[in-house]
Amino acid sequence: MNLLAEAWAWLTDPASWTDGGIPERIAQHLAVTFVVVVIAAVIALPAGIAVGHRRRGGGWVVATSGAARAIPTLGVLTLFALWLGIGLVAPVLALVLLAIPPLIAGAYAGVAAIDHSIPEAARAIGMSEAQIVGRVEVPLAARTIVGGLRSATLQVIATATLAAYISDTGLGRYIIGGLKSRDYAEMIGGSVLVVALALILDAAFALALRLRIFRTTTSARHHERTAL
Amino acid sequence: MTHLRFAISASAIGALTLALGGCATSESLEGNSSSSETIVVGSQDYYSNEIVAEIYAQALETAGYEVERDFRIGQREVYVPDIESGAVDVFPEYSGPLLQFWDETTTATFEDEVYAALVDAAPEGVRILDQSAATDQDSYVVTKALADEYGLVTIADLAKVDEPLTLGGNSEGEDRPNGPKGLKAAYGIEVDFTPIEDGGGPLTVKALKDNQVQLAIIYTANPAIADPELVQLEDPKGLFLASHVVPVVSDKLDARAIEIINTISAALTAEGLVALNTQSIEDEAPASTVAAAWLAEHDVS
Amino acid sequence: MNWLQQNIALVAELTVIHLAITIAAVFLSLLLAVPIGRLAYRWKWVGGPTVAVLAVLYAVPSLPLLIIVPAVTGTPLRSPLNLVMVLTIYGVAVLVRSVVDGFVAVPVSPRTAATAVGYSGWARFWVVELPLAAPIIIAGLRVVLVSTISLVTIGSIIGIRSLGTFFTDGFQRGIVAEVATGVVVTVTLALLLDQLCAVAARRALPWTVPTERRRRSVPQ
Repeated sequence: MNLLAEAWAWLTDPASWTDGGIPERIAQHLAVTFVVVVIAAVIALPAGIAVGHRRRGGGWVVATSGAARAIPTLGVLTLFALWLGIGLVAPVLALVLLAIPPLIAGAYAGVAAIDHSIPEAARAIGMSEAQIVGRVEVPLAARTIVGGLRSATLQVIATATLAAYISDTGLGRYIIGGLKSRDYAEMIGGSVLVVALALILDAAFALALRLRIFRTTTSARHHERTAL
Repeated sequence: MTHLRFAISASAIGALTLALGGCATSESLEGNSSSSETIVVGSQDYYSNEIVAEIYAQALETAGYEVERDFRIGQREVYVPDIESGAVDVFPEYSGPLLQFWDETTTATFEDEVYAALVDAAPEGVRILDQSAATDQDSYVVTKALADEYGLVTIADLAKVDEPLTLGGNSEGEDRPNGPKGLKAAYGIEVDFTPIEDGGGPLTVKALKDNQVQLAIIYTANPAIADPELVQLEDPKGLFLASHVVPVVSDKLDARAIEIINTISAALTAEGLVALNTQSIEDEAPASTVAAAWLAEHDVS
Repeated sequence: MNWLQQNIALVAELTVIHLAITIAAVFLSLLLAVPIGRLAYRWKWVGGPTVAVLAVLYAVPSLPLLIIVPAVTGTPLRSPLNLVMVLTIYGVAVLVRSVVDGFVAVPVSPRTAATAVGYSGWARFWVVELPLAAPIIIAGLRVVLVSTISLVTIGSIIGIRSLGTFFTDGFQRGIVAEVATGVVVTVTLALLLDQLCAVAARRALPWTVPTERRRRSVPQ
């Protein structure tokens, strides 16, 4: 328990928060997470939505993303580091690769779950395929897609912590650096910071989802009233 | 009743698995408190150190001792408490850095005075055995290109470099006396620090050659130091203490075990250590094979 | 592969250790998740907060948790028990969700029929509800199995031996074959165990196999 007290002391010590300290590490961690999720989303979401829209190849998507869960993050990070050296490119590349499967799976699941009569009806009234995807399927699948983004973000925060093993990035440095010199205060303090970051972002997503529900519920109710 | 049978057999399998899993975990947990006759050999989280430890372990086993291996414990800050508490009985160490760990203010730099000071500084219950001729020294390395550009021969020459310098090495180097702090204190040179966690391995060399760091800590027993593109800087002020391989043992060892280990130390040379490391890195052989091969050539019984 | 040829014994040894840690953690997760899930399902006022807490736990990144758990419980940092505990936490977080979903999916009629025939609550749970909830629970179990096998490797950063040791050692010595072998063996192990689980599930729960397939395999 004394260790927790030491960690608290490290966290509350103003010296830890000065230039180059905790705020910079948090910013680094957030920046890496953001960049990785955005790049992965740009690649994965259109791909997943397309597969869901065409309703072909879905089995492959599910199978590959299931298998991808088996890939050990540390292994991929190490391989990229041996190939690309120190610096940011190796971890970002590795993390993007690891974030793609769950994002594709989420996007696919969201779109594929839509009852096929809905896009059929949209086709019947003359909407183009692009319009169906953009105006019908994506909004309906939005909750699931955002859910996929949420779990992908959490995964990236966690794996970005590991990236500190191969490069000087993010809050993971407190854990790995502290591990090497057995500075428990730093290790536990760093761990607490990562956990807090993860929980805050998760809560933010939860809030965003709740606000969305709010809107769809209202519009659903609105439709009910007009339908009658 | 197929469902009941299913439930019972599932629970039985589960209980068996738990027992097996439990065996794996509790045994490893209490590993250190097994039979008092067992000698626990430890090693650093450094492949070269693991090879030496494996040599000790295999030699002791051949002599009839029961040996338990606790390798890759971590760096000095992690395992020295284990040595001091007697949880580990035999550990291959390096004289200079270990002395600095126990006595930061030491002024000893050459091999014999370092050894004498080490024996003095060792705490109760810890014995320092004979040191070996084999050395594995920390050293500062720059690329040949940089050395040629500024005429760098010694560490002091780094003052001639007018670009900002970054030092790359294991993260524990940041706070150790032979890291940036020592560099400033002994030579008055300021450097930035980038942690690279591979112990002066391939990533460090790559970073050096890519000019992501200009200075790196690479150990002298590392085969990479022979690379013609790298230059090892001389250390006239003795920032790096003499670093000979020296076994650290607990009181548990009897005279015969001590004799065996001392024989190993006598037989291990500096070139021999580099050869062991080369086998590990270039032939990609595991520590057990490398150690066995060395013991086959050197009779230590 | 030069490295592989020389280190086959080590690969085998670490695979066994890796499996032991995985099976211990997954079994513990199942053992804990079924009663917790059952309670969460029976009493919604327990269920709601429980699922919420578990969702939060699942969001916690693994390496920090590996540091925090020993700090709180006092287990040694480098002990496999530490890793098993952390993996169990994640396993329970995922499985409880599956257990609850599983019980929710059990239709009302078998339950009421069982009561009508005279089964007590306890017997009804074991003979009727659990087998019917099993397919969904096992689906969750497979997810936990696969992700646990992958997560075990993280222990190598703090010195817990497993297939992950190939990553840290290969990193130090720059041996790509070593790291690649670690990745391949881990993934293969995961897929193998996943398939084993699927086959075992089909055996234990024959009614879940689609009828045509069953007719073909079972001689009438």
